[in-house]
Amino acid sequence: MIRCGVVTFPGSNCDDDMLHVVSEVMGQEAVRLWHKETSLHDVDCVLLPGGFSYGDYLRAGAIAQMSPVMNSVKGFAAQGGYVLGICNGFQILCESGLLPGALLRNASQKFICKNVDLEVVTSNSALTSNLNQGDVVMIPIAHAEGRFHADAETLARLQANDQIIFRYSDNPNGSLDSIAGICNEGRNVYGMMPHPERAAEELLGNTDGKALFVSFLQSVKEATQSAV
Amino acid sequence: MSVSTAAVTLEIAQSLGLTAEEFDRIHEIMGRAPNFTELSIFSVMWSEHCSYKNSITLLKTLPRKGDHLLVEAGEENAGLVDIGDGLACAFKIESHNHPSAIEPYQGAATGVGGIHRDIFTMGARPIAALNSLRFGNPKTAHMRRLIEGVVAGIGDYGNCFGVPTVGGEVYFDDCYNQNILVNAMSVGIVKVGDTVSASADGPGNPVFIVGSATGKDGIHGATFASAELTEDSADDLPAVQVGDPFQEKLLLEASLEAIQTGAIVGMQDMGAAGITCSTSEMSAKSGTGMLINLDEVPTRQANMEPFEILLSESQERMLIVCEKGREADLLAVFDKWDLECCLIGEVTDTGFIEFTSKGETVAKVPADDLVLGGGAPIYKRTSKRPAYMDQIEAFDPAAIDVPSNLAATARDLLNVPTIASKKWITTQYDSMVRTNTLGTNAPSDAAISRIKGTDRAIVSTADCNSSYVFADPYKGAMIAVSEAARNIVCSGGTPSAVTNCLNFGNPYNEEVYYQFENAIKGMGAACEALGTPVTGGNVSFYNQSEIDGETVPVFPTPTIGMVGLLNDLDKKMTLDFKNEGDVIYLLGEVTDNIDSSIYLRKLRGVAYSPAPYFEMDKELKLQADVLSLIDQGLLQSAHDVSEGGLFVSLFESCKPNDLGVQLDISSSVRDDAFWFGEGQSRVVVSVSADQVAAFEAAVSVPVLRLGEVQGSDFIVNGASWGSISDMDTQYETALPNAIGR
Repeated sequence: MIRCGVVTFPGSNCDDDMLHVVSEVMGQEAVRLWHKETSLHDVDCVLLPGGFSYGDYLRAGAIAQMSPVMNSVKGFAAQGGYVLGICNGFQILCESGLLPGALLRNASQKFICKNVDLEVVTSNSALTSNLNQGDVVMIPIAHAEGRFHADAETLARLQANDQIIFRYSDNPNGSLDSIAGICNEGRNVYGMMPHPERAAEELLGNTDGKALFVSFLQSVKEATQSAV
Repeated sequence: MSVSTAAVTLEIAQSLGLTAEEFDRIHEIMGRAPNFTELSIFSVMWSEHCSYKNSITLLKTLPRKGDHLLVEAGEENAGLVDIGDGLACAFKIESHNHPSAIEPYQGAATGVGGIHRDIFTMGARPIAALNSLRFGNPKTAHMRRLIEGVVAGIGDYGNCFGVPTVGGEVYFDDCYNQNILVNAMSVGIVKVGDTVSASADGPGNPVFIVGSATGKDGIHGATFASAELTEDSADDLPAVQVGDPFQEKLLLEASLEAIQTGAIVGMQDMGAAGITCSTSEMSAKSGTGMLINLDEVPTRQANMEPFEILLSESQERMLIVCEKGREADLLAVFDKWDLECCLIGEVTDTGFIEFTSKGETVAKVPADDLVLGGGAPIYKRTSKRPAYMDQIEAFDPAAIDVPSNLAATARDLLNVPTIASKKWITTQYDSMVRTNTLGTNAPSDAAISRIKGTDRAIVSTADCNSSYVFADPYKGAMIAVSEAARNIVCSGGTPSAVTNCLNFGNPYNEEVYYQFENAIKGMGAACEALGTPVTGGNVSFYNQSEIDGETVPVFPTPTIGMVGLLNDLDKKMTLDFKNEGDVIYLLGEVTDNIDSSIYLRKLRGVAYSPAPYFEMDKELKLQADVLSLIDQGLLQSAHDVSEGGLFVSLFESCKPNDLGVQLDISSSVRDDAFWFGEGQSRVVVSVSADQVAAFEAAVSVPVLRLGEVQGSDFIVNGASWGSISDMDTQYETALPNAIGR
């Protein structure tokens, strides 16, 4: 079984949802990680959930990235460990420098919660290895600060290195290049604004998100086994 | 210790909202003249908002008993129903009308925060939020500001707090032009036995204040809520509180974790009247008292007067009575969550709540005399049949000609803001967090929230068509309860219990009191018939506006919050048409009735007409049939007929999957009544072709075959009224267009 660590920051509110998907839907071991701790409890991957860490005060993710646990997450990522940030988790990863770019207030200046279509830009990623380039998945968004932005040089690098994982089919928030999800150059740190954990169960009427978890956990498993 | 005194006069008492009679009564209770702080305590505790002095006599006539109720109305902060599997559901609805009318963003936000606190102070985790909103004309600049503020306030608070906003209703009517209504409902789940009471047992037990520091916001908010809104009300801005959903999220997690330690004796959130209300109500409930040192209360600013600390309605605070000797357990939890947890006093056996500051007693008041059920005043007001009832009775439908172009009328209805899509509003709410919302990809008439780890779901709704209540308070309130139950039934749930939010005008106005009295009677009768007892809620009087020097009450609006139970997730029912070829039926009686319909009121401009057709026994039979048909697996979809009548109901079932209908109609009633009338107790269902015989054999209420799900147009007797996608575009853009967004 894969040990998946889910970090709870003060104000995280999708941590329970992530734990539920990992354990009940994917059948893996879910471990709660607390923001004040530095130990990652030997997890095989780290998941940063959505929510409003520190109430989005200052900027979304700006305070959480200074938590003790994030030092350990940075070390874990530096050694090639798989890290996935969803929504506020993505914002924290950008604030911490683990991912390039920033997430700004939506172009509409309003919170938006709805299903959106995402185009799979590349299957060369831990999140989309079981999908094909050009596939479209429907995953809900729920954010006020989800407009991806980066300078021209960074964007060019993201494009050149195949680091853009998802683009919105109908850009809901004004994101640069319609970017919904990216990875780092090492292809082990992932961030996306949409919430696949909200689209992973028949009962909820949408299982498109489950494919992402299947891919991601498979990648984690392969990496863990090759390390052993 | 002597109590510091300064002369208080009747004039001061009256400026705090007390009457001369109440001022005398306070002297009797105290056996001396109260000081200003004590007078302030009485003024907030005896305000309408806290004491229910003009409503409690009638509220007690509502059915309040049921085998499934774990807590009776008024006993705790919210109602509690047994839902099986060792779980209980806590739920309540509350108004935040006056703050929202003045400062829409914070007013609505703190309304949401307050109602969630009522739920988690009992130990339950909120799993769903609903709201009922009433706005005035959306085309005015003033109303746009209110709509945008209220929606953003509800969204920002709930989204950050992490509880999905799953349902509710939004109405637009000119009667709410100055005095909008914002009613917020919270639904939570708790293990039976893990609940915490709002009590203060055990003299000697320490008393803690936890959460936010106390500031000057919201002082005399309860008194403010109990007064009429005037053009000067904006000057009362300090009476509106400011919300911090992040703090509330921490308070939620810390409170639930603290309960698990077993160290908590009692807990109550601080809403209206802050420390005053929580200390007096908890003490009165346990027959104890409290000695509180106000110098120990963390404050946001220096030099706060004792009365300011006592009356502050700063949000995100709780009062906790801890078991003596277990203080460390409590402190450890709040320290973990980085929240203030300060010892401010102890439980006593004196029966008095006593407050000290700088070594002096600043107030000492008998707890029981302050509270509802104790010494708080109770009034029975007089009522008078409103004069406008003559106009209602004079309505003659024969004077309204039947429109020749039904298709055009239908399209006009989709433009009415009350009918049109509310997506512009609801997409600003996180409706999916906690991944329990089953309606995201397949909507139902009520919200369905699964309970993880079980096969069950809570079904919840908030409903009230206030124009029906205006037309006939008794029947209108019955319809509100019945529609709530019908929405739950159409979702596959069994109605369980009710919480109500009673929004009315000035109770001292005899015509308003007539509306109130009769609405309560109607509500009681319907709740009795449906087996859904009332577990609590709140009363909001003084909802009215000054228009050209005349005081005009809002429509009487007794919003019904109802929860039901879906015991088998496989029996969930949705409202969308699913397959071409499915047969569409109307269950229930077709009546020749256009009374109080949106069609009549908004398209034909008739303000006064009776409440629509409604018979309680027919409603009961309809609901029994629908539940039984769902149970037998004979329905593909079910959607009740409400605002906009049969046409709107059919369109709403077509819309989700962009499926059209082919209908063959030979109406026995006037065409506008058939398509747009709002006669009650009707449900549109679809049935798969191979189950038609079984369905028709199983139905006992009147049933009319309307046609089939087919194609992508709305076709009536061979003529197209338009494509579903065109209608959808109109339906989706009407509200943004109306508010210019």
